[in-house]
Amino acid sequence: MAGKPAANTFPRLLRANAEHLGDRPAYREKEFGIWQTWTWSEVAEEVRHLALGLRSLGLDRGDRFAIIGDNRPHLYWSFTAGQAVGAIPVPCYQDSVAEEIAYVCEHAGVRIAVVEDQEQVDKLIEVRDRLPELRAIVYTDPRGLERYDEVEGLVELAAVSEAGKGLHGRDPEDYEREVARGRPTDVAAILYTSGTTGRPKGVLLTHANLIEPARRAVKFDRLTHSDEVLAYLPMAWVGDFVFSIAQCHIAGFCVNCPESPETVLTDLREIGPTYYFAPPRIFENMLTSLMVRMENAALVKRRLFSYFLGVARRVGCDILDGKRVNPLQRLQYAVGNLLIYAPLRDVLGLGRIRVAYTAGEAIGPDVFRFFRSLGINLKQLYGQTEASVYVTIQADAEARADTVGATFPGVEVRIQDQEVQFRGDGVFQGYYRDDDATAKSMTEDGFVRTGDAGYFDEAGHLRIVDRAKDVGALTDGTLFAPKFIENKLKFHPWIREAVAFGHERDMACCMINIDLEAVGDWAERRGIAYSGYTDLARQTEVYELVRDAIREVNADLAEDPALRGSQLRRFLVLHKELDADDGELTRTRKVRRTVIGQNYGELVEALYAGRDSCRVAAEVTFEDGRRGTIEADVQIWDVDEAAPVAAAA
Amino acid sequence: MKREIGSGPPVTALENIHLSFGGLRALQDVSVAVQPRERLAIIGPNGAGKSSLFNIISGIYTASSGVVRHKGEERPSRMKPYEVARLGIARTFQNIALFPGMSALDNIMTGRNSLMRRGILSEALQLGWARRQEIEHRRRAEEIIDFLEIPSVRRTPVGELPYGMQKRVELGRALAAEPELLLLDEPMAGMNLEEKEDMCRFILDVNEIQGTTLILVEHDMGVVMDISDRVAVFDYGRKIADAAPDDVRRDQTVIDAYLGTAHEH
Repeated sequence: MAGKPAANTFPRLLRANAEHLGDRPAYREKEFGIWQTWTWSEVAEEVRHLALGLRSLGLDRGDRFAIIGDNRPHLYWSFTAGQAVGAIPVPCYQDSVAEEIAYVCEHAGVRIAVVEDQEQVDKLIEVRDRLPELRAIVYTDPRGLERYDEVEGLVELAAVSEAGKGLHGRDPEDYEREVARGRPTDVAAILYTSGTTGRPKGVLLTHANLIEPARRAVKFDRLTHSDEVLAYLPMAWVGDFVFSIAQCHIAGFCVNCPESPETVLTDLREIGPTYYFAPPRIFENMLTSLMVRMENAALVKRRLFSYFLGVARRVGCDILDGKRVNPLQRLQYAVGNLLIYAPLRDVLGLGRIRVAYTAGEAIGPDVFRFFRSLGINLKQLYGQTEASVYVTIQADAEARADTVGATFPGVEVRIQDQEVQFRGDGVFQGYYRDDDATAKSMTEDGFVRTGDAGYFDEAGHLRIVDRAKDVGALTDGTLFAPKFIENKLKFHPWIREAVAFGHERDMACCMINIDLEAVGDWAERRGIAYSGYTDLARQTEVYELVRDAIREVNADLAEDPALRGSQLRRFLVLHKELDADDGELTRTRKVRRTVIGQNYGELVEALYAGRDSCRVAAEVTFEDGRRGTIEADVQIWDVDEAAPVAAAA
Repeated sequence: MKREIGSGPPVTALENIHLSFGGLRALQDVSVAVQPRERLAIIGPNGAGKSSLFNIISGIYTASSGVVRHKGEERPSRMKPYEVARLGIARTFQNIALFPGMSALDNIMTGRNSLMRRGILSEALQLGWARRQEIEHRRRAEEIIDFLEIPSVRRTPVGELPYGMQKRVELGRALAAEPELLLLDEPMAGMNLEEKEDMCRFILDVNEIQGTTLILVEHDMGVVMDISDRVAVFDYGRKIADAAPDDVRRDQTVIDAYLGTAHEH
């Protein structure tokens, strides 16, 4: 490699791949029912044209430009194309409403927006008067935009690329000169965090921030150019940037873009990724729908399934971890693999997985063990946008449900006043145009505060308990860790979301969202009629179901002396599903406890006033932006505390 | 983009059509014509003759008397289905008429049938030409799947699909024949508001982008008044009005026969 500049920025990585892996697939997208492939050299050419084309639209060095849409190859290429001419991509969550997109675009002062389709174009047009710096809207999918002649600065990506091609023809060295001007210390992206509180903050990450940790992760899991990933998580999320751009460029593997959000499960099966990431809820949903389908299967199948699932539960994880297992059980597992596990893995689209990760929230121990016992190498990591993802990670044989792994290579992690803090070369440059927040997020000696409370166990693995600021206390001083309790509740298949209250109160109580699919199926099989979520949620049988789940959680809490006092005493089942459109969840589906506390203030008061029901009206926002209200009588039930665990007899 | 309704000879014109089943007079002296790229709605109470009219245009019934013209040329009222298809006329049915055991894709492919030119032999042997043709038809079918936003159900047997989706697939099959004139028999029946909005958008796109002429029978007055250029009103086998939506809405005969007393929603 002597004489050549190091591949230390994304455009340079791309050039290196075009040279070394020219004919290998780089991106695939399913179009018209067929997977279309672009090789690394084709991608390099597309990016070159797009880069010059975007520059000719007025995108200069240091300018910010937005990227909004589902995972599409052309949108991924526009990241690198913009970076090549020194501009900074700002991906936005594609399901954000116009208002949220306006905030990010306004705050970042974007000059150009590269978007997928009419839906995103419409949002930008709606808020355009607030974005005076926005010069052009570039779209990839012309569908439905035929009647938008009069919209100023609206241009199809293909035309931008064509213009760039012309520019390249006139000056073939132009692009390389631009790439040569890039520095690894340049900002490579501004990623807005969806934050559980307040406005999103723009995290500034340089090429070096993103490339160095990603390179180590590629080495850690021995990823190569023959790996395959499915890119289906939001492009605005740091994880997708690291997996589908950084690691894809470093290892040279192929990124597959689903046909549409609705076809992800089919596409997953067709591609059979070898490297996979999914937040816990996706694994939970997979398991729930699998169990629902099995309950409806024929008796023989059901028997086989439960027998071999038992075998897997006993020895599956040990076999995956390479531990000693007696030969008879090994044989049983091999038969199970042939009959049940392998077909199951295939149905789930996880048949070729070498490495799978989950992160973002705690995963239910049963869910985690289920997938591992089937032979799927599912592991956990702990990360943040501010760290370019990696803080801690689990090695292959060290996967545990209740930890998030050991310190990631090249990162320093410490616990200060319960809070997890870290530093390393992935650490962000600050929040864009928000020095106050930047200052608050760093300690004087250069560690980043995660805001998470946690501790290292004796094996050196990090355990996260809760958000540090959420850890509170009941009026009698008992420790109250709401997220810890909520997660325990959510591990139960009937419960989709839970919100626990108790800080500065005399007892812990909770609100529950039932899982419509699981509980609905349960109700149908018992002949319980219901017309929809609200109706199902208020059935006595459903309350009994939820009460039993809460009793189990209480029994769990009773085992921990520190948390024994924070057992749940009262609960209610909410009459509507918590929704990101109503601001009750973040876009990544984390509950916003304060918003919920305000929206359902009456219910919270009723919980603590000892009432047994409460009439409420909730405002809901429909997908098309219209508003309406749901009214209902919500029952409130008591739960008994679990008996304290008897002292060791 | 501005759509211009053609002024030349009508795509289809019925002149003084009578249709009787024994003593029952289904259509009496009906004349109606639709211009290229026009959107014509047919409304009327049950049994007014709407479906009979469709069945005349699509060649299923023989008119007792009267003339049917296609682009100015007289044609027999009764024709074989493939002959009608070759005229560029496709339709959907009031009660969905798909192959329930076949996938959405295969159902849509059947709509290409009239456009396929090939022999059993070349097809069976997958000869080059037949193969290229198959690929071309598949590509068209996929474009329709993309247009109707149904890629997620491509491989699903249509019998398993919800009703609104089946309606979409049926529209897809009609579109697969690349018709110049599309007859839609109650395309919105049994749909919820969101499904109706989607369906309206597809119908308008077909008309405005591909220039397909539309005749639709529909009971949802909101839809009819919103999307049609002209509304023909039927009652007891007779056409009692034929005008722009706003005029029809104010027409006293129409109000008496069908709309009931005018009131604001």
